[in-house]
Amino acid sequence: MKRIYVNEEWCLGCRLCEYECAYANSGISDMVKALKGKTIHPRIRVEDGDGVHFAVNCRHCTEAICVKSCIAGALSRDGNGTVVIDREKCVGCFTCVTVCPFGAIMPAADGKAAQKCALCTDNVKNGVPNCVTYCPNRAIVFEER
Amino acid sequence: MKKYVIIGNSVAATHAIEGIRSVDGAGKITVVSDEPHAAYGRPLISYYLYGRIARDKMDYRSEAFYERNQVDLKLGRRAEKIDPTAKTVLLDDGETLSYDRLLVATGSRPFLPPMEGLDGVKDRFTFMTLDDALSLERALSPEKDVLIVGAGLIGLKCAEGVFDRVKSVTVVDLADRILPSILDGEGSAFVKEFLEKKGVRFLLGDSVAKFDGGTATLKSGKTVAFDLVVVAVGVRPNVELVKEAGGAVNRGIVTDSGQRTSLPDVYAAGDNCESYDVTAKQSRILAILPNAALQGECAGVNMAGGKRDFLNAAPVNAIGFFDLHVATAGSYEGECYEERTETSYKKLFYKDNMLKGFILIGNIERAGIYTSLIRNMVPLDSVDFDLLKRSPALMAFSREARRDKLARRQ
Amino acid sequence: MSDMLFMYPEYEVVRDSDRCIGCRVCERQCANEVHYHDEETGKMLADSTKCVNCHRCVCLCPTHALKIKKSEDTYKLNANWDGQTINEVYRQAGSGGVLLSSMGNPKPYPVYWDKLLVNASQVTNPSIDPLREPMETAVFLGKKTAKVERDENGKLKDTMSPQLKLSMPVMFSAMSYGSISYNAHESLARAAEELGIFYNTGEGGLHKDFYRYGKNTIVQVASGRFGVFKDYLEAAAAIEIKMGQGAKPGIGGHLPGAKITDAVSNTRMIPKGVDVISPAPHHDIYSIEDLRQLIYSLKEATAYKKPVIVKIAAVHNVAAIASGIARSGADVIAIDGYRGGTGAAPTRIRDNVGIPIELALAAVDQRLREEGIRDNVSVVVAGSVRSSADLLKAIALGADACYIGTAALLALGCHLCRSCHTGKCNWGIATQVPELVKRLNPEVGYKRLVNLMHAWNHELQEMMGGMGINSIEALRGNRLMLRGLGMTEKELEILGVRHAGE
Repeated sequence: MKRIYVNEEWCLGCRLCEYECAYANSGISDMVKALKGKTIHPRIRVEDGDGVHFAVNCRHCTEAICVKSCIAGALSRDGNGTVVIDREKCVGCFTCVTVCPFGAIMPAADGKAAQKCALCTDNVKNGVPNCVTYCPNRAIVFEER
Repeated sequence: MKKYVIIGNSVAATHAIEGIRSVDGAGKITVVSDEPHAAYGRPLISYYLYGRIARDKMDYRSEAFYERNQVDLKLGRRAEKIDPTAKTVLLDDGETLSYDRLLVATGSRPFLPPMEGLDGVKDRFTFMTLDDALSLERALSPEKDVLIVGAGLIGLKCAEGVFDRVKSVTVVDLADRILPSILDGEGSAFVKEFLEKKGVRFLLGDSVAKFDGGTATLKSGKTVAFDLVVVAVGVRPNVELVKEAGGAVNRGIVTDSGQRTSLPDVYAAGDNCESYDVTAKQSRILAILPNAALQGECAGVNMAGGKRDFLNAAPVNAIGFFDLHVATAGSYEGECYEERTETSYKKLFYKDNMLKGFILIGNIERAGIYTSLIRNMVPLDSVDFDLLKRSPALMAFSREARRDKLARRQ
Repeated sequence: MSDMLFMYPEYEVVRDSDRCIGCRVCERQCANEVHYHDEETGKMLADSTKCVNCHRCVCLCPTHALKIKKSEDTYKLNANWDGQTINEVYRQAGSGGVLLSSMGNPKPYPVYWDKLLVNASQVTNPSIDPLREPMETAVFLGKKTAKVERDENGKLKDTMSPQLKLSMPVMFSAMSYGSISYNAHESLARAAEELGIFYNTGEGGLHKDFYRYGKNTIVQVASGRFGVFKDYLEAAAAIEIKMGQGAKPGIGGHLPGAKITDAVSNTRMIPKGVDVISPAPHHDIYSIEDLRQLIYSLKEATAYKKPVIVKIAAVHNVAAIASGIARSGADVIAIDGYRGGTGAAPTRIRDNVGIPIELALAAVDQRLREEGIRDNVSVVVAGSVRSSADLLKAIALGADACYIGTAALLALGCHLCRSCHTGKCNWGIATQVPELVKRLNPEVGYKRLVNLMHAWNHELQEMMGGMGINSIEALRGNRLMLRGLGMTEKELEILGVRHAGE
């Protein structure tokens, strides 16, 4: 399956991916309306270090420890292998947050459930990850590896 | 065609079914459970009472799961006896199931110590199964005072679950602090203070001497009036089936790293058996859901003829009370790094160049990075531990390690 | 005291606060620290005095909340003392220094390309559809003086001088590693390889990582001789002796020590962190005869297998100089017009020295033909070839091929802010700062260059087809295919074209 891969050599730490993620998942068609005056809760997060930057989001592990650890069965791999979360089932215990080795699952904005990248299959972008589309330097790519 | 029998139908059993089917698409799988429900995550019962999840969303797998995996599901039936020589399981209705491979995933049951007058209490509950929760729910109403005996994970999750639906919640425990299985003393105090601010009343270092209708008299002489009581003082593993069949049992059922018991072709997984805790370097019962899942899957794969070893078991707990989240893992031994704010509490324990355990309260973000360090026994001199102490970050790993994590298929 | 004293910023950062979502991408991406977040008001603010108008923030702003406007502030209008002229005086009064500039001459001198119009076939001669019929854009650069000679056995002798084969009549201009970044170089090298053309190292040597692109590399030997050694010459497809550069004819170069990183130091074979000077003249060349010595030294060193190019700036007596070079043994003459770019040049030189490439090209081609030595050399021109139309006109005026520099940098993201000399290029091109260099991913850069060249080649074929011409060979020097518009008799005479309507 196509996954998102990150090459830190080209990451500028601009954080456009974070905002494009928040926008894509906002359900609002205008970016300004979606994000102005709001604290964003993106599913991709950039880490910054001394001259080093990189974005981290769900790796969609084949043997996903989050899926196996979910107490509610809210996390699963869909038919394509995308690890998805069923918000209706998630109770926000954050066991997934406690086991994900990449730190790629996080509490959602309301704190009542976990959230994670679903490769934009769960929003209007229809499976074309918005962070990849708007990365200005191809540091984030969506491909088979 | 192999015949698989699984006793128990919770998380370990579900993952065992998936494990078997990942290797053997044809074998016959029979699941026996004394509960009348499809599998559900047991920890959900408190979230159900708390209103976080609807009853119809509680199934652990989709409706089609058993059919898709061609599972013969025998619900409401109890396995009475294993005959390891004849390779059969006797059920409570007299039916005998023969097996080529058997999984004992019987979990645990609430421990009910003898308490004077408990039998005379009309509304008394344990808090382990969905049926427990449903019957407790029927007894809840806003004018009632609830007494919970036991300030462990089950007792406190129950307290949270019922809190908004009753008049008051009082928690009694013989121990002088709460959540002793996952928190250190200061952590306990931190969470206790939070819960007390919410309105939960604690009577610690004390225990019920006797019940007298709606009144509990404590050892200290204090009395507590209540309308219903929940006893949550601990659990006991369901090891009897294996023990009586002659299988090795310590505190829990003994298995090897492939979840094989000492009985031929009999496997065990879940809260009824022990795992080798890599952080404490000893075998013990790790009665936590992720562990049951991993054991179950491992057992299933091996039962079907695959090869799998479960080698990195470690205690991992994530639990929340109202909006305060707690994440813990491993063992609390060695040197300690500590950070505390008004709203958060953090301790990291490290020894022998390895992270051994952590306690995070309030801020649990990216805790899994710590957990993976523990599970994988990553040498701390291969990462920037000073950075990790402050916050879990992939930045603390080497460039190569990061490339492996972020630029390679996982 | 600030250099900006007495001056209002030339450009203003305009933020639409209704659209700004406070993502701070502008702040993170501006190496000049123009944008900043005000904690007190929670708003993004900007210091326009630091803005170089590179448009990095404008391009990356996800809500298009930013634009850069030419300041409306104006000194009292004066056709003689315009605002920029006045500011330059202020700046020099403050600094006491020579004014520095980058990229090409921006002054409003005439652009002759825009005064030339191209012919098309109608009725009496058929046009050609390049999608259906062959349309040859490949060219060979080098001497075309081979004669048919036979050995004692009557077999044909190979007397052909070494040639460079280009899939289309374009090469990437000389831009040194040091003036541009590693990633910019990699982008150019990879694009040249994929396109079947050449890029040029400039005078900065060849980074060891890029030896593998040698067959698409022209290496330069300039007055400083930086990075020149045996392997360097042998790695290349051709060697270029740089006598002059269109942006700064008559002077050398100065690379500040700050830009001399470890890698630049190794590649150039110069000490780290020390200012380096490339002298104005080659200290061993004071005549065509001296030039001939260097040409033959280089040929000798590379077994006469590689063409030698001599690059000069277009200056007043360019035709006579070119005539000399054509007799010196050079295989190719490259002429760089006064609009050619640079990473740094004194402003006065850039803006006032040299002549337009169109006139220089026409004069050189004419002179070499008159002297019967046009085939001694190929002629490559540079100095603001902006489009396939400029390219086509250059060939019709007599060029064999063009060098493009500025257009290539634009493809890589350059927004012509002309601040290369500050070394803080926000697009990762004209900088050695690692954090900025990484902004240009060669994977992206090389594809954009390839796209641009493919586009130009398509257009070139389209236009040639319209003229009924099916090869560059048939277009070269075909000035009948051009007509002038709005030029004086003298200009038309030098260009060798008739006026439109004639």
